Amino acid sequence: MQEFSSEFSAAIALILGGDSELWAIVLLSLKVSVFAVLVSALIGMPVGAALAVARFPGRRMLIVLMNALMGFPPVVVGLLVYLMLSRSGPLGVLELLYTPTAMIIAQVVLVTPIVTALTRQVVEMLAEEYSEQLRSLGVSRLASVPVLLWDARLALVTALLAGFGRAIAEVGAVIIVGGNINHVTRVMTTTIALETSKGNLSLALALGAILIGIAVAVNAMVSAVSLRAEQEGLSHA
Amino acid sequence: MFRAILRAAVMALGLSANAALAETPFIVVQSTTSTQNSGLLDYILPWFEAESGIDVRVVAVGTGQAIRNAVNGDGDVLLVHAKSAEEKFVADGYGVERKDLMYNDFVLVGPKADPAGIRGGADILSALTAIAKAEAPFASRGDDSGTHKAELRHWSAAGADPTGASGSWYRETGSGMGATLNVASGMDAYTLTDRATWLSFGNRGNLEILVEGDPRLFNQYGVILVNPEKHPHVRAASGQRFIDWLTGPDGQEAIASFRLDGQQVFFPNAQ
Repeated sequence: MQEFSSEFSAAIALILGGDSELWAIVLLSLKVSVFAVLVSALIGMPVGAALAVARFPGRRMLIVLMNALMGFPPVVVGLLVYLMLSRSGPLGVLELLYTPTAMIIAQVVLVTPIVTALTRQVVEMLAEEYSEQLRSLGVSRLASVPVLLWDARLALVTALLAGFGRAIAEVGAVIIVGGNINHVTRVMTTTIALETSKGNLSLALALGAILIGIAVAVNAMVSAVSLRAEQEGLSHA
Repeated sequence: MFRAILRAAVMALGLSANAALAETPFIVVQSTTSTQNSGLLDYILPWFEAESGIDVRVVAVGTGQAIRNAVNGDGDVLLVHAKSAEEKFVADGYGVERKDLMYNDFVLVGPKADPAGIRGGADILSALTAIAKAEAPFASRGDDSGTHKAELRHWSAAGADPTGASGSWYRETGSGMGATLNVASGMDAYTLTDRATWLSFGNRGNLEILVEGDPRLFNQYGVILVNPEKHPHVRAASGQRFIDWLTGPDGQEAIASFRLDGQQVFFPNAQ
């Protein structure tokens, strides 16, 4: 245990000491996951809101499907994206396999159902609350989507954070489609997997500690922003 | 407000994550975990990259998966250790030509307590027979990798079929060498590993080398250019240059100079 704690503090020192290789890995993780969440938001929010207000046959089925997809195993997503992007796959000509873009695609597939399902829930509640007003103003259901999304924006931030959490912590999909290539597609989780397989458990654990640190920092930042936005909203009212 | 944050975030990220990709020419090498986990590739690649200006991107997976990825055209060069599977890869037209590159050896590691009593032996077959007889825990890769194929070859040469005991004393991890060593270390099991991964492995626990030196434990690595006739996008010129370097005097010397714990673990033997 003595050896373990000394190794662990050495790993922490490496991290705090600003080891440039390590920080490049951290930065790439953030780039990939933030980008994936932004794309997921662009797809998931409008779709989720539309699901909340529109009425059409099969809507319930679609909602159940979206909710179920939130638990889609990442390794299956990785395999599907690999088969699409492989040179022998339908999208092989794009040469995206083993690039950060491939990892973004895999994470978008994982995160979009979360954003969609949570947006649907939030917007559906708001739509019920506002239904009288919207009707009296003569706004059609679909036309009310932008207004509802804007009013739900604080709750939607939570949906995005949930998506970010899934994206940044994920390893099964990105290791298949990214290939864990040093300096190209190596992110925090794949580094942890690699160091664990080398038996460098302390370093792996220290990297895990940064991953948690990042998650806490991002959550704190967003929570500060939403609080500020809420206060601004109140002072303008 | 929110949009401003989004915009700032996108700008800070350089708009596309791909902006991080350098524009230098590169090749993708499908290789095995042993060459990466031991640190060999990290050690020799900078020489080639400096001389050629070609970036070598290594995808390190088990030999079985590396070959399948190369069959799909997802790589330019294949560097693995399972000679018959490599020869089949070439015979099926997926590879141009197989060249011997280097060798190392396998060792049988196990718990210090050694319940099967095989310590100090130099005969892998009698050691495996003793393990089977004692029904002592044995961790197998179980992942169709080069090491897994070698292990199965030795079991069948020893006249034993451990797969019937799968789930009891014979445990197939379905994982890489390092992950399997972690399992063996955790449950005090025997396992077959290449020497390079063993020497660079940091979580040995109670494990130590018990059997080594059997000529049957010889482990040959080969290197193959993925066939551009099968996959026209293959970066054949750069890939061939890499193979020529590896099998030429500079690459062979670089491989020979790699040390783990002061020991040479990979022995170049290109013709």
